[in-house]
Amino acid sequence: MTEFKRMDGRKLTEMRPVAAQVGIIPNADGSAMFKSGKTIAYAAVYGPKEHHPRNQRNPKKGTLRCRYNMISFSVNDRIRPGPSRRSTEISKITEWALAPALMLENFPGMVIDVHINIIQADAGTRCAGINAAAMALAHAGLPMNDMISSVSAGKLDKTLVIDLDKAEEDFEEGEGPTDIPVSMTHSGKVTHLQLDGKINKEELKEAINMAKDACEEIYKIQKEALKNVGKLIEGDKK
Amino acid sequence: MTDRQIVIPGEIIAENTEALPGENTIKTEGKIIAQKYGLAEISDKLIKVIALSGAYVPRRGNTIIGEVENVLFNGWLIDFGGAEKGFLSLMEVPMYVNKDGLEEVMKIGDMLTAKIWNINKRGTDLSIKSRGLGKIEGGIIVKINPNKVPRVIGKEGSMVNLIKEKTGCNLTVGQNGFVHIKADSLEKELLAKQAVLFIEKNSMNNGLTEDINKWFEENKQ
Amino acid sequence: MEEISLNSKKIAEYLNEGKRFDNRKPEEFRELSIETGVSLNAEGSARVKLGNTDVIVGVKLATAEPYADSPNKGNFMVSAELSPMSSSRFESGPPKFPVIEFGRVLDRGLRESGFINWEALCIKPGERVWTVFVDIYTINDDGNLMDAAGIGAIAAMKTAKLPAYDEETKKIDYKNPTENPLPLNNVTPIAITAYKIGNKILVDPTREEQDAATARVTIGSSDGIISSVQKGEETPMTPEEMGEAFDLADKAYKEVFKNLEKQIK
Repeated sequence: MTEFKRMDGRKLTEMRPVAAQVGIIPNADGSAMFKSGKTIAYAAVYGPKEHHPRNQRNPKKGTLRCRYNMISFSVNDRIRPGPSRRSTEISKITEWALAPALMLENFPGMVIDVHINIIQADAGTRCAGINAAAMALAHAGLPMNDMISSVSAGKLDKTLVIDLDKAEEDFEEGEGPTDIPVSMTHSGKVTHLQLDGKINKEELKEAINMAKDACEEIYKIQKEALKNVGKLIEGDKK
Repeated sequence: MTDRQIVIPGEIIAENTEALPGENTIKTEGKIIAQKYGLAEISDKLIKVIALSGAYVPRRGNTIIGEVENVLFNGWLIDFGGAEKGFLSLMEVPMYVNKDGLEEVMKIGDMLTAKIWNINKRGTDLSIKSRGLGKIEGGIIVKINPNKVPRVIGKEGSMVNLIKEKTGCNLTVGQNGFVHIKADSLEKELLAKQAVLFIEKNSMNNGLTEDINKWFEENKQ
Repeated sequence: MEEISLNSKKIAEYLNEGKRFDNRKPEEFRELSIETGVSLNAEGSARVKLGNTDVIVGVKLATAEPYADSPNKGNFMVSAELSPMSSSRFESGPPKFPVIEFGRVLDRGLRESGFINWEALCIKPGERVWTVFVDIYTINDDGNLMDAAGIGAIAAMKTAKLPAYDEETKKIDYKNPTENPLPLNNVTPIAITAYKIGNKILVDPTREEQDAATARVTIGSSDGIISSVQKGEETPMTPEEMGEAFDLADKAYKEVFKNLEKQIK
């Protein structure tokens, strides 16, 4: 059986070329850029600070507040500026993906704001956003017990792959595409998992394993970027 | 003590070690793991992470520079840049203040140097009773990363004294990252400001004292 | 402790002697860098850095019915977001006056100058025209976002290409841009905002300088022809101060224009 050929020639477990840079927004307490293929995400962290409105304060621990936003010209069909149901959902998913790494008990009543903007989109935007946000949170000097890395695993017809691009997301043959964004701590705990498509549970378990390996590669780039603030770090070109 | 290296949260700094986990680290199963982005300081007995970034954590005894946010009936509410506000009671001021005279002593927008004398659940209590504390008049304020304050001050004040000497300015460095610079000319104040920003930027260099001396040679008029 | 009044006073005092903290002259702009083609799903895009101020602007094209009173002219819309990622002073939420004014002032400058060739944007009179969307996002605020955004808009529009349009299906194929540039006329409408600090006027303030300002006036002009003006904030300006603002804006225009020409290829 011949191996499934991906449209851009990548191997099944091969990610798109990645790049990262920490410290891109001087005003922010922490900031970072993460690029995966043609998808570019910027993240800025402000906090911990006083939480307004007061009635939303949590007296027991700090609140992580994420805002994911795709800028209007990041995609082919212009997005009307402002929040959408999709961006609201992704904002919450991002909070859940990142919160386990933060030690929020240290900041009762305070808030940490994370702003993620997708500058250019070619699928995998929520994962790129989470990768950028994780670096920005560390850069902001927040106490964290681990790093978070994120990648989308997937299935094209019957073949499991890593890191779907937009063309692959639109793939219609056979069983169609299945998109599985996953976020994990470096120690391997899953903090975020979503899926849409068609897959059986054995394939899904395998996909999560593949995602774990890919997250390890992403972690290396995030670490390198944090150790070299201000420098653009590019992944190995294959 | 070995060279310091940058570590990221979750990174294993040392394994199978007898060393104790210091600031910003945790020890599990013989491994010492970083819990903050910063510089790992490793010795046989203790491993800690010195934060490079992050909000100022108020500590008792710290000198801070802040701004009056509100005048209350019994004192002033002070904003010193962090998430918490400080309270300066009229009892913690070196002169007698009439209950109606608070505004005359300090009004909203005035800046001051104060000492933190107590921190509790209700908040941070400030005092301006000691020498060198009180309302700030004139000069300029520079904001730096609070984590770099130790470098700007230097060992036993050596760095801040060097700046004072080379620029002819008076400097007060707040632990919260605000620096007050005052001299008899704005040019001197701006020179001192540039020096402070230079130190902040190059705080991680080993030969910082040499670097700043060289910088002064190149930049003094 | 966002705006430090101690520093504002100093800035005004120093400016009275004609001096600025970073040694610039009142009509001098900070180092300007313009990069185009930074967001590839846009028809045109630009990233502008003015000192530490950083903005990104994108141009998107869509088709629509023309307005009833201009059946053979294209449509144009400028919108801006003072993004909370660029400053702790900006909040998420529905647009409030400052950002609405931002977009509208830049819109007028670009629209009134004759920069856009409206008729060339017509596809079928009375039925279909191109709509040009210019969207601005701030990345880092160190003062003078308005002028930086205006420069970005020009750079993005000058390098924009029309996407392929199928007259029969009335569908736009964004994935295949044509070689046709956005139809523009030979003017370069640059917005320069002059700020009043004490009794003096300057351009391109840093954030600290902008905090010390009590009034501002944005002048949109091209080659000496002023096509839009907006004075903002509560403090009045004397006619002399206004005149000085126009003079300063004119001086600054020449430098910015040279820079723009050099950097947009």
